[in-house]
Parts: sequence; structure tokens; C-alpha cells
Amino acid sequence: MQPTKTRGGRSGAPRAAEAPAALGTYRGICSTCIHAPTCAYRLKSTEVAIWECDLFESYETPSLLEIVERHGRKRGAVIAMLEEIQAKYGYLPTHALQVVAENTGASMVDVYAVATFYRAFSLKPRGRHLVSVCLGTACHVRGGPGVAKEFERHLGIPAGETTDDREFTLDTVNCLGACALGPVVVVDGHYFPHVGIKDVEDILAHTLTGLDKVEVEGDRRIFPIEVNCPRCNHSLMDPSHLIDGYPAIRVTVSHGHTHGWLKLSSLYGSYNVEAEHEAPKDAVVNFFCPHCHAELRGAAACPECGAPMVPMVVRGGGVVQICSRRGCKGHMLDVSGTAVA
Amino acid sequence: MTNFTLNGLNVQVEEGTTLLEAAKFYGFPVPTLCYHEGLSPYGACRLCVVEIGEGPRAKLVSSCTYPAEEGLKVRTASTRVLRARKMVLELLLASCPQSKVIQDLASAHDIRRQRFKQEYEDCIMCGLCVRICEEQMMAKAIGFRNRGERRSIGTPFDIKSEECRLCGGCIYICPACQLRCTYTEPEKAICGACANLAPPCVEKEQFDDMMCYMDPCVACEIEKK
Repeated sequence: MQPTKTRGGRSGAPRAAEAPAALGTYRGICSTCIHAPTCAYRLKSTEVAIWECDLFESYETPSLLEIVERHGRKRGAVIAMLEEIQAKYGYLPTHALQVVAENTGASMVDVYAVATFYRAFSLKPRGRHLVSVCLGTACHVRGGPGVAKEFERHLGIPAGETTDDREFTLDTVNCLGACALGPVVVVDGHYFPHVGIKDVEDILAHTLTGLDKVEVEGDRRIFPIEVNCPRCNHSLMDPSHLIDGYPAIRVTVSHGHTHGWLKLSSLYGSYNVEAEHEAPKDAVVNFFCPHCHAELRGAAACPECGAPMVPMVVRGGGVVQICSRRGCKGHMLDVSGTAVA
Repeated sequence: MTNFTLNGLNVQVEEGTTLLEAAKFYGFPVPTLCYHEGLSPYGACRLCVVEIGEGPRAKLVSSCTYPAEEGLKVRTASTRVLRARKMVLELLLASCPQSKVIQDLASAHDIRRQRFKQEYEDCIMCGLCVRICEEQMMAKAIGFRNRGERRSIGTPFDIKSEECRLCGGCIYICPACQLRCTYTEPEKAICGACANLAPPCVEKEQFDDMMCYMDPCVACEIEKK
């Protein structure tokens, strides 16, 4: 990576008078600079400007500053800041290190030392999917190196590198603490146990189609349920609309001033939903029965996030409760109980 | 004041004094490599190890970082200490055989043979240059990077540092790179013991006292006839 000199904090008024002297040293287009529209070095709108100048300030600087600010500009929080920056960008850009160093009072040397010390930090841009092949002792003796080599062959990159299309970053790690599953491969937080050379292609294909998609067929933890309203006991099932191949559960939801239908997959274990109005993630919405218009609101709080749970009577006995917070996967199934708030 | 026993001698030092400072004050020689009076102790080279405690609970500690304690029993030259120091030196010599400082220390500790593969590293990670840059020059231009076997010393991103004033303090204090700075091919470095009649650095003044005690020569690996 070609490092660029960045001096986020020091810029004052653009020194227009000094500009012409530097014009002979064009080195690229400084399109990432926050001063680009008013830059004195940039004479015409189509003109390129010098890449490295004292006034360089990245467009990203305000959001970086916000992260630094949130941790109180403390030197002790440098690791936490770098973690957040890494989570946001997928790697640690050079100017991000500079911003952290300048605003915490730590020196660039210290920040760089931290950023290179921990394997979790990367100074190079990473791919969309991170493939970690474990080469710890247990995985090693069970064929981890062969798996790593197979990944290298399939992706065409050595371990530690990123593919040209930025899809995959291949990494080897020295123990994931899942030795009983060895050789273990972790892709974006999903653990693949007992990986053989033959499985490599499948894992990569699976990753590209999306790891979070629920496999309806073949997963025995997933089964369809039919539910009724706990108040009027009308069926909440909508046979005319299928989600995951089964009739959907139809309820009315309201969030703020918007009301609309929400259709949930009737498969226990599937989180697929369709909504008339998309409520923001993490918003707590109110559920209503489409027949009696009573609010479906239970006494229990979600064990995951604390939002109120929504009870529905399962046909055949029992109550299923789902969390009313969008995006929260908290749920309870009580097959024997009949207590409904 | 803290009272403790140093090689059987009852001594008294001010609170906070390290064992190394006490030993130096009372005249017991303790070899050091990563220690420098003007810099904070670091405990990297482990050359200054001394034995503290008694019987089965005796242990080796680096004296430069260990503050004197009331009633402590310290031995600066027990068999165990000398053996540990010798081992440390042999390893240091293997990683940096071209260093005059390490050669001299090795010869003073009666090391006459090289048991380990010579690596000709530029650096023994003693951290002296990092500390002089930070503590005496107030620059913080260089520091440690990476970790484990990839650990190295240098500027961030290996580009010229804006903080560096080219004071040369790091080169001045480095115990490993005197030859690296003047001569980059260790196998041709100054020796005197071997048959290399035209050692390339001899004419330079700072190497006039250079002498190699090793057999085979640690620098050139030519067996003495």
C-alpha cells in the first residue's frame, strides 16, 4: 500500500498564494480530499491536483473523529477505536491511524505498533468474506494444511491475501478453540467442522450464495407451525401467501404513524418476513390481530433484548412468542403451557 | 532505606533502587546489554539475571527491572546465574555474531565455540534505540512493529518519519549494528583471528581494537589453522 501523507488536524485557510509553485508536481487526483471543491491547487474543475499536500483532509475524517470522540480521546481506548474503524472499513486506512494518533495524543509509532501487533487488525483492505483456516495443532494433524492449500488453489491467492475481485480474504489462524471440530474453517463467523479437501469448493459456493439464508429443507430444527390469535382465536394463517413454501402468518403492525401488514414465515426457526412498510432495524413495533384488532402483547420480555414478546396460540396446543423488535431473533415456544397475557 | 543481602554482604540502598544499580554501586560486576543509565530499564536482553531467594524457591530475575526488597538474598554470580548468562550470550552471539559488543561479552564469559547456527541478524530487539528516541530525543520516530518472529524496529510504514531529526542517537546506542553501519557483508567483517589479511574495516579508527576470540571465527566462519 502506498502510504499517503495526511495531516487532518493542521489545515488552516488554503494558502492560495503558494499554490502555483507546487503545480509542477502533480501526482494524481486528490478526489478524497475534503478541500477539493475550494482547493487552491485545483485551478479548473477538470484539473488534477497534487496528491500529497499539507492541507489534505479526507472525507472520512469527520466520521473517524466521531469514533475517536465517542471514546473520549483517551489513549487507553486506542484499541477500541481501531476495532471500530476496522469494523467500519474492513481494514485500517493510513489516514485513520493518523487521525487516531493526532486526536488521542498517542504517537503514530504507538498506534502503528498496536495495529500491527494484533492479528485482528489489517492494514490492507480485506475482501467481503473472510475465510479463516485453522492450522492449530489438532487441525494441523487432521489435515488443516491440505485444506489451506486447497483454498489457496481455488482462490488463486496465498494465505493472508485478498482476491482481485475483493470477494475473499484467505487467512490462516493458529487455533480457534474448536479443536474437536478440526480441521475447522470459519467463514464470516460461520464454523464449518471436519472440512476435507472436497468440501472447499462447496464452502466457497455456499459463501457466495449467502451464509445467512436459512436452509428450509434438510434442517430438522425447522418445522411449520399454525397459529391463532390468542384473543379471538381466529386463524392468523394466510394460505394465499407462501413464505419458504408454507402459508405465511399474517398480522397487522404499526410503528409510529405507519400501519401495515406483516407476513412471517410459519417455519419455526426461519426468520424470513415480508412487510408492507419496512420498519427500521431495532425498532419495537406493535402487533395486532387482523380480525379482532386487539393488540398482541404478552407480559414477558424478550430474553435477548428486553422488548415485549408477542404471543400467538399454536394450533394443537401451546404458545409461541416472538420478539416485537425488528431484527431481534428472540423467541420462545411453550408447547404445554396455555398462559397468555 | 532497604536492607538486603548482596552476595552475602549486608547492604543498604534507597527505596526503589534496582538490584542492578545496587550491585553496580557495591562493585559487583553484572554484565548488561539493553541497560543504559539514561534510559528506563527494559529487561530485554536477560544478561543481567541474578538469583534471588534461597533453596528450592530461588529464582532468576533480571536485576535491571527488579527493585530491592527488604531482606532479599541476592547472588550475582552463582553457578546457575553464570550458566544462564552464558546460554543467553551464546544465543545472542548466534543471532548477531558480527557485533563487537556481543563478541567482547562472549569472550569475557569464556565462550570459545559457537554451538548454534549463525543468523547475522541486524537487530537483537534490545529496544535501546526505541527508548533513546523516545526518552532522550523526545521524538518517537521509531518503534516496535508486528510481533513474534516478524517483530522489527522501524518507522511506521517504513517511510521517512516526520519526527526523525536524523540525530543518530539510535545508531550511537545500538550494540548490534556497529559493523552494519559501515560494512554490510558480515562474512567479510573484521576478524583478525583468521587468515583474512585485508580485513575491510581495519583502516577505520573505530575498529582498531577489534579482535575475535572465536574458533571458528564467528564473523567469517573460517576455521583457524
